[in-house]
Amino acid sequence: MRVVVDGVSKVYVDRAGQPVRALDGIDLSVEHEEFVAVLGPSGCGKSTLLNLIAGLLAPSAGGIWLDGELPAGRTPTAMVFQEFALFPWRTVQANVEFGLEEMGVPAPARARRARTFIELTGLAGFESRYPHQLSGGMRQRVGIARALAVEPAVLLMDEPFSALDAQTRQLMQEELLAIWEGARQTIVYVTHNIHEAVYMADRVVVLSRRPGRVMAEVKIELPRPREERMIGDPAFVASVERIWSLIREQAAVALRDGAG
Amino acid sequence: MSRSGHPRTEPPSRSPLQRIHVRDRAAFLARPQHRALRLVALVGLVVAWEAVARVGWVPVLFLPSPVGVLIEAAEMLRSGELVGHLAASLSRLLLGFAVGAALGVAVGVVVGFFAVAEAVGTPVIAATFPIPKIALLPLLILWLGLGEPSKVAVIALGVFFPMAINTFTGVRQADPLLVRAAVAFGARRWSVIRKVVLPSALPMIFAGLRLGAGTALLLLVAAEMIAVESGIGFLVLHAGNLMQTTKLMVGIVVLSLLGVVSHWSLGRLERLAIPWRTA
Repeated sequence: MRVVVDGVSKVYVDRAGQPVRALDGIDLSVEHEEFVAVLGPSGCGKSTLLNLIAGLLAPSAGGIWLDGELPAGRTPTAMVFQEFALFPWRTVQANVEFGLEEMGVPAPARARRARTFIELTGLAGFESRYPHQLSGGMRQRVGIARALAVEPAVLLMDEPFSALDAQTRQLMQEELLAIWEGARQTIVYVTHNIHEAVYMADRVVVLSRRPGRVMAEVKIELPRPREERMIGDPAFVASVERIWSLIREQAAVALRDGAG
Repeated sequence: MSRSGHPRTEPPSRSPLQRIHVRDRAAFLARPQHRALRLVALVGLVVAWEAVARVGWVPVLFLPSPVGVLIEAAEMLRSGELVGHLAASLSRLLLGFAVGAALGVAVGVVVGFFAVAEAVGTPVIAATFPIPKIALLPLLILWLGLGEPSKVAVIALGVFFPMAINTFTGVRQADPLLVRAAVAFGARRWSVIRKVVLPSALPMIFAGLRLGAGTALLLLVAAEMIAVESGIGFLVLHAGNLMQTTKLMVGIVVLSLLGVVSHWSLGRLERLAIPWRTA
């Protein structure tokens, strides 16, 4: 499915009762089976944008649409959270089954389908563990398996690997890309990490500081499947530098304002 | 840190060379279990009590010896007297506790989750919660009569408030991120309550159960001191009136055991109900 974000603004009311404009007139479309990274400095409203697409927030202006075919038994969107957001009282298996339960999939089919994605994400053997018994990387695998299990047309990922250490992050990025090569959902991937955005995405949408606006869209001209060695590729370096030059000033302002 | 090339503010002055043995300075913070000491404390109390009673400093009428209490308890067990009182008390206690806990959890969830219910429920609970429940016993007797319902009702009331307040707090403490995650995966209101809010509130609910158990025991004894012919509370009051101090002490020991057993079994139940708890 295609994601169409049409003139979306979001105004929050903060604790002091003051209106805060988080997003301002965002126009964005993500094509069917496209991998788009949304990149921006801290406090640019990129997570807000993702929550809007997930239907967890209402836009103050504009509209959001999901266009295209939705085969039976699939859900429009699913989300992977930065802080994993696993249910601590559910085992790995039960966490992965959660979305299927809400879809009304009967128990045996649910268990089978969950099992498939548990294996795909390298969680086999950990089915009956609780989240607190797992490492950060394993927990996020559960988060990804839970999202993939409902076979979403659009997968929303909110800085999924930013809580992980650098080595784990690199491995998880590769695993996610490998899974995506097989399944080919539309992905909207929020990150503040330029390397990660360039390495993973077809297109990087750069947001400005609050109020978040689309500053630029950078198409990444790297072949797929992506490989680690491409990180030294001139096209990779050029994209990273281009994006860095775009957000450098903004990041510096954010640092001064203490918004980080 | 001063790097080479940076000027120092003071010229380094020579002091004698030393060798410092680094020791564990946090040793005094350790809190060993002292398991044996725990047992000794308990046994010591009983032994001291027995000694005081044997020496005869205090007349047996005022302080019967532990052995005497034990013998009396055995006698009361054989005659069926103790079992009868205990059964009467337990049935009141369990029924009142169950009713109060169930209502408390239900009200706590509803008031914690629905904004309208919170607006209605919070002031009502805040106004009625501070009333000592014993004070309501005469009113309950007036409404429900002298029989069992008024006893069960006062216990239920006593359990209801800590349960409702704890459940409410637990519900409000549910992680908004988990609620959002559930909604992101298609959960509607009822699913969110059942699958996120209730499990989140379980630790608080169990804390409420423990508070409620204490209150229930207190109210049980109070209720059994009015117009009943059975129950541990009756036993204690009746034995006191007849100056049967040993019998009275048996009643008190049984109440103490009831408290210990309820606390222990709630702890067991909690570990069973919350297997994901890290600690």
